[in-house]
Amino acid sequence: MFMSHLDKLEAEAIYIFREVAAECERPVMLYSIGKDSSVMMHLALKAFYPQKPPFPFMHIDTSWKFREMIEFRDRRVEELGINLIVYRNEKALAQGINPFDNGAAYTDIIKTQALKDALTKYQFTAAFGGGRRDEEKSRAKERIFSFRSENHAWDPKNQRPEMWKLYNTRINKGESIRVFPISNWTEKDIWQYIKRENIPIVPLYFSKERPVVERDGNLIMVDDERMRLLPGEKPMMKKVRFRTLGCYPLTGAVESEAETLDEVIEETLASATSERTSRIIDHEETGSMERRKKEGYF
Amino acid sequence: MSNSSKGLLKFITCGSVDDGKSTLIGHILYNSKLIYADQEQALILDSQVGSCGGKIDYSLLLDGLMAEREQGITIDVAYRYFSTDKRSFIVADTPGHEEYTRNMAVGASYADLAIILVDASKGVLVQTRRHMRICSLMGIKYFVFAVNKMDLINYNFERFIKISEEIKQFSEGLGIEDIIIIPVSATEGDNLINCSEKMSWYKGPSLIEYLEDVDVEDNKPEKGFYMPIQRVCRPDYSFRGFQGQIESGEISIGDKVTILPSGEAAVVKSIHICDKKSDKAFMGQPVTIQLDHEVDVSRGCVITHDAGIKTAKKITATLLWLDDVKLTFGMDYWIKIGTKMVPAVVTAINHKIDVNTGELLKASNAERNEIVRCQITLSEEIVLDEFNKHKTLGSFILIDRISHATSACGIVERLDSKENNTVIFTDGEKSVTVRIFDSFYYHTDIMSVLRHSRNDEVYYCGDALPLKGECFEYPESFDIEVEGIGYANIRNGIFIGFGPHESSYPLLNIDGIEFENGRLGNFTKYRHIVVWE
Repeated sequence: MFMSHLDKLEAEAIYIFREVAAECERPVMLYSIGKDSSVMMHLALKAFYPQKPPFPFMHIDTSWKFREMIEFRDRRVEELGINLIVYRNEKALAQGINPFDNGAAYTDIIKTQALKDALTKYQFTAAFGGGRRDEEKSRAKERIFSFRSENHAWDPKNQRPEMWKLYNTRINKGESIRVFPISNWTEKDIWQYIKRENIPIVPLYFSKERPVVERDGNLIMVDDERMRLLPGEKPMMKKVRFRTLGCYPLTGAVESEAETLDEVIEETLASATSERTSRIIDHEETGSMERRKKEGYF
Repeated sequence: MSNSSKGLLKFITCGSVDDGKSTLIGHILYNSKLIYADQEQALILDSQVGSCGGKIDYSLLLDGLMAEREQGITIDVAYRYFSTDKRSFIVADTPGHEEYTRNMAVGASYADLAIILVDASKGVLVQTRRHMRICSLMGIKYFVFAVNKMDLINYNFERFIKISEEIKQFSEGLGIEDIIIIPVSATEGDNLINCSEKMSWYKGPSLIEYLEDVDVEDNKPEKGFYMPIQRVCRPDYSFRGFQGQIESGEISIGDKVTILPSGEAAVVKSIHICDKKSDKAFMGQPVTIQLDHEVDVSRGCVITHDAGIKTAKKITATLLWLDDVKLTFGMDYWIKIGTKMVPAVVTAINHKIDVNTGELLKASNAERNEIVRCQITLSEEIVLDEFNKHKTLGSFILIDRISHATSACGIVERLDSKENNTVIFTDGEKSVTVRIFDSFYYHTDIMSVLRHSRNDEVYYCGDALPLKGECFEYPESFDIEVEGIGYANIRNGIFIGFGPHESSYPLLNIDGIEFENGRLGNFTKYRHIVVWE
């Protein structure tokens, strides 16, 4: 009659998945290929078993993801037989918007704008995301069912009260909901669950010799020929791994010896830096994530 | 993993403004080395530019929204996570200001235990009482009182005992059974992680020691087995399973179950816990259940055995009003109970409960952050129960059908009788049917006076009574003689329960006729006969 803390977190997430599938008109699951997305996908498969998840998955592809991420994505989709929509902001990519020249505007246009466009295009009313409250201060304040206006904006001062597990999924036309079933999981919980459930994750999470350059204190991997090197920069082979995955020019690697899941977990539990350090956009200013979310970033 | 040995503990921290809630949690996270290094750096940086003159302000760890940092207050619930060798914790740190009571209630509804901070130099304040009342309303059964700022009163034992007595007295009034009181200093770290030498007179556990060991599942389990159905899983024609979370009890293959509201019986054919087949499953687990034959079951139905769960169309409930838009009588709201959502109307407000003092007040409406006792009629008979019997089928939200805002949350106090035409006064086990609100009309066509009874209404102890009507007008205070029970006492328009008769107040019978010198007096003293039109 005992449920461990992972059992409880799993039960909470599954309850949320089922509520959304039962009450929301057009749900979608945002799939980012990272470890949290792998856990989310695993939970969705468990929640509806023996049925397949009754909604599509969607990946907002910036075209700058690590190659290994895309390989992993395509393999998993085929293995699991799920319906995946891949959406790109083709217009902006054609204009040559890229992470080197356009900085913060790149994230706004290629990620945030693309996400908004895709949600509007397919008229999704609810989108599952793998956001966790332990990641960042403004996320710590966000509800599990988080409402977005017609412009996909979040209003942190006017969040819907969320009582017990009685989620209010009613929305007006044009509005939508972001749903975060693993809000209450920590990075440690994610890793422990990956181990317990034997969930496949992208090999970039494990340490290996990889070509990197050091830039502003971050180790950036040279993943393909598009990587622009600054004067004096020379790719060097270092044994590194990634704690979060995103666009390769914007994602910092950490030097590590952890080649297996157990070693990664051990390193994570002993670690003294939170995982978002390696995601460059958050560091610009206090409140930067809150600002982005108000503008429609997931 | 070792830290899962005691499972997960979800708790809330609350108390008055400036009692140091955020500092307390910040300090626990900090001392337990649970802040990641870059968060710590951000904290030091933020503090240097903040208002504390360079000294680390722990509360900055928690106040995450820009508006909160600017105003230096907590507006919304912040969730934080930490674990020790023994246990994993989720903390909901909640705002203290009355204006944000609804956000505090959000945190309380998620938690199993509450840490209530009390400032040792100030004692139990109005806000503290409000928070205890809200926590108790939301169903929290375990309370830890952290008497904070002991450093400011020189760790004085006598002062601590005095505050402890205040706390115990107030807790008893709310019917809170499990309390523990710990003297602490959040800024100095006394008794948070380890017991402090500065308070050698205190022999109990430190705050963290207590949280690591407390078992919040040992209180009385709910009766029987029940599972509200979330969805029907139908991958193909050979499989039809009902998915949901078991809310109490356990279930095995071969068990006889009842489907509510239809009352149909069936036998459990298979059980899946998530994606794994199992012979049995228990409380808290997400399951898929197949039954032995086709039954008419959909979302909102409840699978149950031996739980004594009922169906009802009329309920008496306590609401916490959440929306800025106040309650509209007669307007349809959506009510969501368990996994069922139907239209519902609030038909009457019995009284308002002052959130700060607990005083019962007359009320004609409900506004944001107010607690009211009211009568609700649902559009159809649905499965539900009293909150204190089956929590998940006794808690609900009301949703505004136009704005879709969550207008209120509430708990079911009582399922109201299906009998018609009775008015009942009830107080615990005692109750009486009265006819004081019946009306008498002279019907000219038949040249007779007819009695018109009111539809079933129940008034509980503390409810305001409709003492003025077209056909009657009673004084504000009087007693009603009730055979075999004693006297129903009405004071200042409120039914305050059954007790002795006080001779300074009028004494009436259950028809509303006053006793004069021991005999029934003038019928028309408080009642009138009106011509029927």
